[in-house]
Amino acid sequence: MAGDDKKQDPTASEGVPDQANRVAPPERQYPEPKAELKRKVAAEPPTTGHVWDGIREYDNPMPRWWLWTFYICIAWAVIYWILYPAWPMVSQATPGLLGSSTRGDVAREIADFETRNEPWFERLNATPVAALREEDDLERFAVQAGAAVFAAQCSQCHGAGAQGVQAGGFPSLLDDQWLWGGTLEEIHHTIRHGVRNEDDPEARWSEMPAFGADGILDGDEIEQVVEYVLAMSGQSHDEDLAAMGAEVFEWNCAACHMDDGSGNTDLGAPALNNQIWQYGGDRDTIRHTIYYSRYGVMPAFAQRLREAEIRAVAVFVHQLGGGQ
Amino acid sequence: MWEVMKLGGLGLLILYGALGTGLARDEAFLAHSVIILLVASGLFLWQLRRWGEPAPVVDETVYMDGVIRAGVIATAFWGVVGFAAGVFIALQLAWPQLNFEWAQGYLNFGRLRPLHTSAVIFAFGGNALIATAFYVVQRTSAARLWGGNLAWFVFWGYQIFIVMAAVGYILGSTQGQEYAEPEWLPDLWLTVVWLAFLAVFLGTLVRRREKHIYVANWFYLAFIVTVAMLHVVNNIALPVSIWGSRSVPVWSGVQSAMIQWWYGHNAVGFFLTAGFLGMMYYFIPKQAERPVYSYKLSIIHFWALIFLYIWAGPHHLHYTALPDWAQTLGMTFSIMLWMPSWGGMINGLMTLSGAWDKLRTDPVIRMMVVAVGFYGMATFEGPMMSIKTVNALSHYTDWTIGHVHSGALGWNGMITFGALYYLVPKLWQREGLYSLRLVSWHFWLATIGIVLYAAAMWVTGIMEGLMWREVDAQGFLVNSFADTVAAKFPMYVVRALGGGMFLLGAVIMCYNLWKTVTSVGVKRPAGAAVPAE
Repeated sequence: MAGDDKKQDPTASEGVPDQANRVAPPERQYPEPKAELKRKVAAEPPTTGHVWDGIREYDNPMPRWWLWTFYICIAWAVIYWILYPAWPMVSQATPGLLGSSTRGDVAREIADFETRNEPWFERLNATPVAALREEDDLERFAVQAGAAVFAAQCSQCHGAGAQGVQAGGFPSLLDDQWLWGGTLEEIHHTIRHGVRNEDDPEARWSEMPAFGADGILDGDEIEQVVEYVLAMSGQSHDEDLAAMGAEVFEWNCAACHMDDGSGNTDLGAPALNNQIWQYGGDRDTIRHTIYYSRYGVMPAFAQRLREAEIRAVAVFVHQLGGGQ
Repeated sequence: MWEVMKLGGLGLLILYGALGTGLARDEAFLAHSVIILLVASGLFLWQLRRWGEPAPVVDETVYMDGVIRAGVIATAFWGVVGFAAGVFIALQLAWPQLNFEWAQGYLNFGRLRPLHTSAVIFAFGGNALIATAFYVVQRTSAARLWGGNLAWFVFWGYQIFIVMAAVGYILGSTQGQEYAEPEWLPDLWLTVVWLAFLAVFLGTLVRRREKHIYVANWFYLAFIVTVAMLHVVNNIALPVSIWGSRSVPVWSGVQSAMIQWWYGHNAVGFFLTAGFLGMMYYFIPKQAERPVYSYKLSIIHFWALIFLYIWAGPHHLHYTALPDWAQTLGMTFSIMLWMPSWGGMINGLMTLSGAWDKLRTDPVIRMMVVAVGFYGMATFEGPMMSIKTVNALSHYTDWTIGHVHSGALGWNGMITFGALYYLVPKLWQREGLYSLRLVSWHFWLATIGIVLYAAAMWVTGIMEGLMWREVDAQGFLVNSFADTVAAKFPMYVVRALGGGMFLLGAVIMCYNLWKTVTSVGVKRPAGAAVPAE
């Protein structure tokens, strides 16, 4: 360390290195502090006369700007206490002259929002769902409001851009393939009542059997129908197995997914004859889906949002691209 | 008699640990039981083998430095561990794929985050504070540490606490309170260790041979006493079972939140501020070889700091269920705290007046000066962020993270590095450091790393705050939460880069200190004939 060697270290001067940490003698040469103060050396401020392990202290005054800034901060605090709720008393705190309240502020902001939007909400409620996109101004409002509701309530699962999250089985809302139908009324119903939840008796509810786990199909049959579904969706597949799978499909799957695999939105059965997959369309994922089935859920938003908001978000989803 | 009692106590601990391994209700408690069993058995055997040996004669005229050497090693070790954990979780935030599937429930962000904060604050910072407190109190009191091996108990007891806490986090044992995550068993153990620390420190002060108590020791004492109080009050809880790690806190609702942030804020105030100011008040005058600037300032800012800090906790709970009046008090006391905090900065910086040229030649003092600079910046930023209108923007954003790190990396980290560079040649009686060039490298890597880190978090924090509050003309929210997360990605990469540079600097420091101990010549006294004063 620079300058280390010239530092006088009383503990190190015994001459034997391994005893260099010897306890120092107390440095008791306290001069009379007042005399020290009087000894006005031009360059060197007076010290307090204390010495600890070679450390001394100047007796400099506190910087004036420091002290005054400290006083100003205290004065500001006192003024703030007078103006705002501050000190707790017996039954309540001092309310402050300005009558400020953060809860009051929030209530006021909510009230502002309500007065600004209430006429629009009323119009949304008064218009039949199917006709919500017919008036331009109402549609524009609904899309704006619906986008906000979507950002706060739906984007967690369906993605900030409504693109869906295949890994979680959350369907994309951008395309024109719908599980439960893509008209305004159908979308509105799905949002209101949700999917496969116990909270709402009108929830959308479909149940695909777990064909493997429940022993409905044996392993060979599942392999066959997997190849058939791959063939149906135009992917590379085993011709022979797929041919055998056609029969398995007809007996077990076609009732819901239709003979041509086009799906049925009345039953919530997705189309299998295209490249749009909710959970993934590779061989392993399809096999997993058939073996264990899938069981996606969605909350009933009638219990969380007001009707006008649900209508707005239905319009928002409808206009994303796939509305029917 | 004393030996029998010690063996009996260890025997009870062995019994508890052994029963715990069988009766444990969760993984974390099982791991804790194994730790108790191993440590207690080892101590039991050690104690037994020394049965009847005469107590070793201790030379009371020599400073007790062994425990400080151990503390210096522990500080450097935990520092690197804690920084590495921080860099890794920063990378996890930038690239969530690093939350590996195979390590779910053990090494995902949620488990590692408290590991990082505890490792840097309590393991790195705590060891630095304990080691320097032991060093400073001996030198400035001209007295050997009181309590004999009690200081070693403090050191090893503290390491055991760190390991118990860390293992608990990985295995999912947490109270879920920031900076107070350890459950009741490590908490109880820490209380014992901390009281022993207090006893050693106070005992040494009592047997001091200097008339006055040096200012560094006021700060250390305030830190030890207050942390004991905060820790005990915030952690009052009833264990669900003495064989499980879960407990039920006594406090609930907004009272619990208030006590948690009374604790949390003063962990910053007394652990990371008062304790490290104690460090600053010894090592800066020593390294600069200059007197402390103003004794008056040190008295006034000490008492103002101690009195005001303890009230400022509610500013962590602005715009929550906490009543308005408590928020007001938290904010106004934070504003009043600004100057008392700066008193330490002024005293540190002005101590260098007349020695500013040393900044050019001594990278260690440069490190300490930058530490004090970051201290000043963070203690200005803190009161500013406590102002409610500012807080409305900054709260819950990464700005808070940036603020914490400019304080923690800049102030606590840099002053600790400076102290380590000072201590190692002294404690191992070396002529000097192995390489000042490497100190310079460490200095620049750390400084640029901190600037990158803090700047990235300011930008991302303010951006995120603005995005969250953005509404359109009708009052509708514009951005979803995921939009703000996506927007932060570039800044998260810069943050990880800054943290990586800071980590690299610390690794260079460890190498430099290691070489100092192993390959620098033993210091020869300049003049053996010079009498000690």
